[in-house]
Amino acid sequence: MAVALFVLFVTLVLVLSFYFARKTKSASGYFAAGGQIHWGVNGIAFAGDYLSAASFLGICGMIATVGYDGFLYSIGYLAGWIVALFVVAEPMKRLGKYTFTDALDAKFDSRGIKLAAAISTLVVSVCYLIPQMVGAGVLVEPLLGLPHYVGVIMVGAIVITIVATAGMTSTTYVQFLKGGLLIVFSFILVIAVLVRGLTTTPDQGGDVPFHEYRVMTKADLGSAKVVATTDVKDLTFAKISMDGQEAWWQQTAPDTYQEIQWVVATEVDGEKVELINGAPKSDENQLRQSGSLKAIAGKTGEEADTGAVGPFKFLSILADKSTTIQRWKSAKFDDGGDAVTAYYPVDSAGNAVMVPGLKFKVGTGYEKLNFISLMLALFFGTAALPHILIRYYTVPSPAAARKSTIVAIAAIGFFYILTLYMGLGAMVSAVVNPVTNNMSAPLLARSFGTFLFAIISAIAFATVLGTVSGLIVAASGAVAHDLMDRFAQIKMDEKQKVKAGKIAAFAVGIVAIILGILFRGMNVSFLVGWAFAVAASANLPAIMMLLFWKGTTAKGITASIIVGAVVAVGWILLSPDMYVRYGLDPETSLLKFSNPAIVSVPISFATLIVVSLITKKDNAALA
Amino acid sequence: MLHEPASQGGPDPAASYKMRLGVYMFIAYALFYAGFVAINTFKPTMMESTVFLGLNLAVVYGFGLIIVALILALIYNHLCSTKEAAMGDSQDGSQGEDA
Repeated sequence: MAVALFVLFVTLVLVLSFYFARKTKSASGYFAAGGQIHWGVNGIAFAGDYLSAASFLGICGMIATVGYDGFLYSIGYLAGWIVALFVVAEPMKRLGKYTFTDALDAKFDSRGIKLAAAISTLVVSVCYLIPQMVGAGVLVEPLLGLPHYVGVIMVGAIVITIVATAGMTSTTYVQFLKGGLLIVFSFILVIAVLVRGLTTTPDQGGDVPFHEYRVMTKADLGSAKVVATTDVKDLTFAKISMDGQEAWWQQTAPDTYQEIQWVVATEVDGEKVELINGAPKSDENQLRQSGSLKAIAGKTGEEADTGAVGPFKFLSILADKSTTIQRWKSAKFDDGGDAVTAYYPVDSAGNAVMVPGLKFKVGTGYEKLNFISLMLALFFGTAALPHILIRYYTVPSPAAARKSTIVAIAAIGFFYILTLYMGLGAMVSAVVNPVTNNMSAPLLARSFGTFLFAIISAIAFATVLGTVSGLIVAASGAVAHDLMDRFAQIKMDEKQKVKAGKIAAFAVGIVAIILGILFRGMNVSFLVGWAFAVAASANLPAIMMLLFWKGTTAKGITASIIVGAVVAVGWILLSPDMYVRYGLDPETSLLKFSNPAIVSVPISFATLIVVSLITKKDNAALA
Repeated sequence: MLHEPASQGGPDPAASYKMRLGVYMFIAYALFYAGFVAINTFKPTMMESTVFLGLNLAVVYGFGLIIVALILALIYNHLCSTKEAAMGDSQDGSQGEDA
């Protein structure tokens, strides 16, 4: 059923694409949808563009494992739209023709700006493309049972087809469809969660019996023996042999053992084997889904079950001091040459989960700086994302640009409120995959039945399709329009420009596919954070100063884009978080926190001001 | 042709008003947002306090940021549209006189 719905969706999307293809002949139509899309449609399309895999899968997944900290992304992402609306929307509309590069260059006609802005567009688009393609692989694997790279190639191929045939128009209607459906079905899922209510023994509507993880004391051991113990930081794990079977437990106190889950990568007869909870991996033997409530407002057992709850009651119960939420974390260690990953439960009080701080700690000065830096990147990044900016050109007037932004804010704001409920619902319904939290929202849907799961997965896939197509149009615009047409001044007529755009879309699509395969396993929200930080550093200072300071010169803009992008990307590549990826000790990084925004954004502004003041004469020459 | 907007937009006399209004509203919201970031950075335990209906400050402030964004956006749109209409009338008026 999931496969059928999935195929239906994709076919619908392709049909729409070919229908609108017949209408798109001009470059204007290809790149900016002929500037004639109704603001209501454009507003929901904005939402569809913006609500990517990071929003739906990543945020819900983060909330499902660390609570409120995931919601910080929702708040930051949405607040960014205020910058877009109040500062950028209308002036941008008045300035340019097809792309954000045009807007920056409208006054100056400078080759430096054309080159810097086009490259910045490409860099941000690619940073944003990678997590989407990785997300596609993550979705398709369990949904269709196909390997990661197949999902990536499929998305790439479908999107290239859509974009290359009809450019912006069809992506607008695809986004509209996708955005609308995402919001509607997320709303349905939240209602289902509230109607089901909270329980300490979630069993996915009866489908999956709740597994009670035992706690043993030394006295309970009986004939069982502790065969080995391993310490990992401040945790201790014990291998206990019972009735001939060996199992790993967590030693939470000198004579207390907590049942856990564990995965062992070992070799049997020279072949690599994966053992899950002691037995080989198979269809029947998989890691159990996790996440539940140990106590609800102080009560346990059957009397704790709440039945249907209202939206405010749901949140207030979870935030209660005497509500205990059981989350799962992992630890890796070596056992005689075998790699063991232990998944162990951690109990947190509700009042700690429902406020920021479980993941983004603010204890030390550097932790505080990193938190502020993150909130800054999210706030300033939205307005500067090229695939969002390009959508301002698809409406006929500045007033329509304004109205479509408002529709977008309403739709996105409502959706983000829903993410809090979906994430928390997943957290306490024993649906979270301990290995990766990205599938938390679809898995929550599955606990309500295959139909909802199939629809939500298909929508999540369309989510990726929509965002990737918007990004590829922006990137192909940067290549064909900004670099080839305006910078390199390759003479092309309308038809050739459209063709160049399509070839560029194809090329960018191929690059996206390759990178999506290469970056498999990387955290989706992490890379989106890159895109936001680079956009906020490279693009935003240029846009804001151009709009508000007459002293801005072409060289100032060019310098600020280059400096902003280099500092942001450079900082990220040298950050403690990336050192972990490289396999190096994060302590050896020269940098003390990972998010560059609080450093790169001011540097970019300063560069623009300084260089503009130095090159003041250029503006006099222009006049 | 390349230096024109994607679709025709006429002269906009309300432009500077809208820009100023936009900046003021942006600053107002930025302060509201900064408050949220500041409390979390320097007084995080305050976020646990119950505000109303059993909801804690984190949730109320978080939802508040989202809802206030929408309200400000609607106010902005209303004021801009009103100004555009008023400016448009005075423009027509003066054109009529000239003709």
